[in-house]
Amino acid sequence: MKFTKTLLATTALTVAAGAATAQDMTVVSWGGAYSKSQLKAYHEPYSAKTGINIINDDSSAEAVAKLRAMNEAGNITWDLVDVEAADAIRLCDEGLAIEIDHDAMLAAAPDGTGASADFGSSIVSSCFIPQIVFSTTVGYRTDMVGAEAPTSICALFDLDKYPGKRSLNKRPLANVEWALLCDGVAKEDIYDVLATPEGQDRALAKLDTIKDQVVWWTAGADTPQLLADGEVVMGSTYNGRLFSAIAEQNQPIGMLWDAQMLDFDGWIVPAGLPEDRQKMVMDYLFFATDTQRLADQAAYISYGPARESSAPLVGNHADLGIAMAPHMPTDPANATNVFVTQYEFWADYRDDIDAKFQAWLAK
Amino acid sequence: MTDTSAHQPMIDATGVPLKKSLARSLRREKIRALLLVSPLLLFVLLTFIFPIGSMLFRSVENDIVSNVLPRTVVELQNWDAKSGELPDEAVFAAFVADFVVAVEEKNHTRLGSRLNYESSGMSSLFRKSGRKVAEWNPETDGPFKDKLIAADKNWGNVETWAIIQTHSGKFTNGYFLNAVDMQRTPNGIEMQPENKQILIKLFLRTVKMSLIITGMCILLGYPVAWILANLPNRSANMLMILVLLPFWTSLLVRTSAWKVMLQNQGVINDVLVWLGMVADDARLEIINNQFGTIVAMTHILLPFMILPMYSVMQTIPPSYLRAAKSLGATNWTAFWRVYFPQSVPGIGAGSILVFILAIGYYITPEIVGGTDGVFISNRIAYHISSSLNWGLAAALGAILLAVVLVLYWAYDKIVGIDNVKLG
Amino acid sequence: MALVTPISRKPLSLVLPVVGAMGAFLGLFVGTSAGSGMTGVIAGAAIVMVLAFIYTQVLKSEPLAKWISRLGMAAAGFVFGGVPGLILGFLFGWLTAWFTFWMYEGRYRRHLLPYLTSGQVLWHYAFRVICGAIFVFLITPILVVMPLSFNAQDFFTFTPEMLRLDPDGYSLKHYADFFGLRSDSNGEWLRSFWNSLLIAPIATILSVSLGTLAAIGLSQSHVPAKRAIMAILISPMIVPLIISATGMFFFYSSMGNWMEDTLGLNKDLVGYIKVVLAHAVLGIPFVIITVTATLVGFDRSLTRAAANMGADPVTTFFRVQMPLILPGVISGGLFAFITSFDEVVVVMFIGSASQKTLPWQMFLGLREQISPTILAVATILVALSIALLITLEMLRRRSERLRGMSPS
Repeated sequence: MKFTKTLLATTALTVAAGAATAQDMTVVSWGGAYSKSQLKAYHEPYSAKTGINIINDDSSAEAVAKLRAMNEAGNITWDLVDVEAADAIRLCDEGLAIEIDHDAMLAAAPDGTGASADFGSSIVSSCFIPQIVFSTTVGYRTDMVGAEAPTSICALFDLDKYPGKRSLNKRPLANVEWALLCDGVAKEDIYDVLATPEGQDRALAKLDTIKDQVVWWTAGADTPQLLADGEVVMGSTYNGRLFSAIAEQNQPIGMLWDAQMLDFDGWIVPAGLPEDRQKMVMDYLFFATDTQRLADQAAYISYGPARESSAPLVGNHADLGIAMAPHMPTDPANATNVFVTQYEFWADYRDDIDAKFQAWLAK
Repeated sequence: MTDTSAHQPMIDATGVPLKKSLARSLRREKIRALLLVSPLLLFVLLTFIFPIGSMLFRSVENDIVSNVLPRTVVELQNWDAKSGELPDEAVFAAFVADFVVAVEEKNHTRLGSRLNYESSGMSSLFRKSGRKVAEWNPETDGPFKDKLIAADKNWGNVETWAIIQTHSGKFTNGYFLNAVDMQRTPNGIEMQPENKQILIKLFLRTVKMSLIITGMCILLGYPVAWILANLPNRSANMLMILVLLPFWTSLLVRTSAWKVMLQNQGVINDVLVWLGMVADDARLEIINNQFGTIVAMTHILLPFMILPMYSVMQTIPPSYLRAAKSLGATNWTAFWRVYFPQSVPGIGAGSILVFILAIGYYITPEIVGGTDGVFISNRIAYHISSSLNWGLAAALGAILLAVVLVLYWAYDKIVGIDNVKLG
Repeated sequence: MALVTPISRKPLSLVLPVVGAMGAFLGLFVGTSAGSGMTGVIAGAAIVMVLAFIYTQVLKSEPLAKWISRLGMAAAGFVFGGVPGLILGFLFGWLTAWFTFWMYEGRYRRHLLPYLTSGQVLWHYAFRVICGAIFVFLITPILVVMPLSFNAQDFFTFTPEMLRLDPDGYSLKHYADFFGLRSDSNGEWLRSFWNSLLIAPIATILSVSLGTLAAIGLSQSHVPAKRAIMAILISPMIVPLIISATGMFFFYSSMGNWMEDTLGLNKDLVGYIKVVLAHAVLGIPFVIITVTATLVGFDRSLTRAAANMGADPVTTFFRVQMPLILPGVISGGLFAFITSFDEVVVVMFIGSASQKTLPWQMFLGLREQISPTILAVATILVALSIALLITLEMLRRRSERLRGMSPS
């Protein structure tokens, strides 16, 4: 069994190097610039304060499936997971995340407002601890849209005025809402219309008018790349990606805030953690989701803090030194016309509309 | 031969009857072979076949409904969904009794998600009702029929109960039906509405595209393998580097490279426009469609075709071709009647590798496939990692597996799996 | 082939059109960069045909004609395009003269069999061109990646600066990121690279040793349920990866639990074992298929002869059987290695943060932040494998020489 020995010996060597620390906490997130912002704003100060070593696991995209599998196998290796609000609801429904008493477990605002009031409507599920507000919105090539830059979301559907390709998410979310809005449905009626089969057909029919001109993206990094290549004149993506392409990469790109789809991203604590680990996680969360910490994160990435009390504390970009507040989706100037994702609706209709959407795509 | 020897069994050197001795040695040989195979067989069975089997088993498993609502399921057996009338109070009472327990164990939302695959709205119905029903006492608070309907009017809907009844069995063929664009309804098995039919189409497309990709690989791989096998060793080895380099390069990198090459403002279009072969406003659409997928996947899988072909062709003596020609065969006849038949095992091995690998791909089609280049694996991945509908994913996977096994079997019948030669 | 076909001069009626076609092809590129492709084609064909005529009929001296051609074209290139023009012109001049005399003297037949007809000669070269085109298809995407890895921007785009060969358009920052030298890089790339280099070889050794053993067992003449066993062993290649990943997750989680709780092993060590085992399973079909294929042609009497002479089964295996089936084992191992080294779906499920492999990191790089670092990695790996393959080839040639074999 020579090779077994070699295997054990080699692995033991590598492991010995990293196994010295007393307490580790595995935090799962998305990777890339977003994880970096969390590292700077939350992890580093927390580790400095407590000595707990935080391990970053960039698995959020697989989090839902992996958490379910871990739960069934009875081996939870993650301590804290960063997920989108819709996934938090799903995980909560599946019993894979623990319920949180926000007021009791999280820090109050500096003025004493309880956490749940401070977070407000961003607490979309009892398992969800909001962290940031992000939005899905539209960016465009300033040098390809002609003299008149688009100001309305309906520019997406206006092939006469803005000819050329556009990139859209390969999922129905945001696309169908925009389609109905630009098809003349009043904003407050959209989800009522979308709940009916006729309404769903109507949204797809509107999207059908631009289908030939659409490049469908699956990863958040796609649209900025397509815009930088000049492959598309405009496309939807997350506002932080657009900020990065515009301000950090100096690309000839502009962005719309009209009809941005607001969405939340935050933490869930996996169900079934041992007592001591859960306690450690809650201590971290108390620290990492307080008013100052959430505001700090905005210095590294242009997503808005989920606490109302954090907004005034948002400062400047860590490298570029520009004020970040005007780049937040929640900034009053940007938030004149917003959609807030209807999570209940999507929890019910996601599978149904997605099936129809995919069938329509394949047509 | 004498009379006695005809009746006496033949014996071997040690005096044991030969037949017995042979049987023993055969048995020993069998045991030795099995001993050699068994470590790996056990390893694969334990770490792969068994886990995959239990994963695929989810495609028929459906015990969540009867586990969470045991009393309701029993009571519902007496109810006829086609009557158009709501179930009676007994069902409602059983349901509330089950539901209170379920809420306590936080199972009700899980069940809601399960039933939401069948009918949109069940998820929020279960979630919202959970909060209200949790307060009730099943012993004392009855009757529940009106109370439950008051809590949420959907409980007064015959459809809701019909769906619970239809999907209450411990095992279901529902996922397999969904996988072929059909569904279980209270009225029996029906096709999905036309605007949700996609999976059969994707299956056919996956098989068709995989066949095209295999064909392209044969077409492009054959000349390359031939020239590698027929050049002097030195030049062949240098050219082999050109085959191995893409093989060593990460799949993700090659896919991204094809994106850079094929897109509208990409390298190929830029060169064609520069040469004046294509107008600037009529650039070729060669990505985000089937063409792009075929090109990229052919490139990625080509080494898997070339290497086995090459190793087979290396064993074909070139003198055969010369002999055929000197006997008067034309170039074509000599190739087609003499050389080609000997190279078939290589084509077979390469094809089976390429086809099987192609049929299960999903990262490349996801990145360069656009809308009409996606494969069935993309949907499997979606149902595993996003919608959590693992039953459907398992059913799709099982069907895909069956398709491959049928083709594998056919290949074995036609060419023989022993003829597979890889390197 | 030792025989040299006698060669003879070819008539101008054959030489001039062929040479002209080459001139037209070169002219297309020169003409396009100067503004008109069509003019370039015509002018190129005409100029090269005239030059060929002069070289062969007027100058008649090959060395002289060749130098005139190289220097003349280089000078013309310098006048029109400066230093790049000079280099291109020299190359074009060299090519024109070489090709002209190659055609004119009939040298293209030298390495061919003497009895081939013109049609066969044409097919011979056409076939080479086709194969060349396929090799170009194979290699171009990799060549495209290399310059992009020096991009000064964070996108996969050939910027105008890059196309102008402006040094500002290029930078080494993505390489610095890979080696963890940039202020904002976190060493994840190198860490995942080492992880891959640790996991892939161990998984390969595991699948090669078990796979070879099983293949030898399978090649015996009396194996019960051979087909079923074969199908089981090949199945990891057939099941869609995402299904395998989820299915194996359950098994490895409970195995991990057991190893941590009962055996008291370190969590990271268990993580590595899980990924290694999962990758080993995925590599097994390749080993089985290659090794069984080599064993089909294996002469069983050799093992019997060895046994006859008193070798025990282990000695027989390592001294007789193994050397003969080694090529199959090696190529099976190669496939198995690549399977592990390039695998992203299973490792994302089975592995945890500390087992992050290179493909996993690349996948994140594509999804979460566009970063040409993955192209830098690819370029480094390509350079490494070229070096490796060339070293192997050199060693092979050396051993051939040492054994006194003539280069074949």
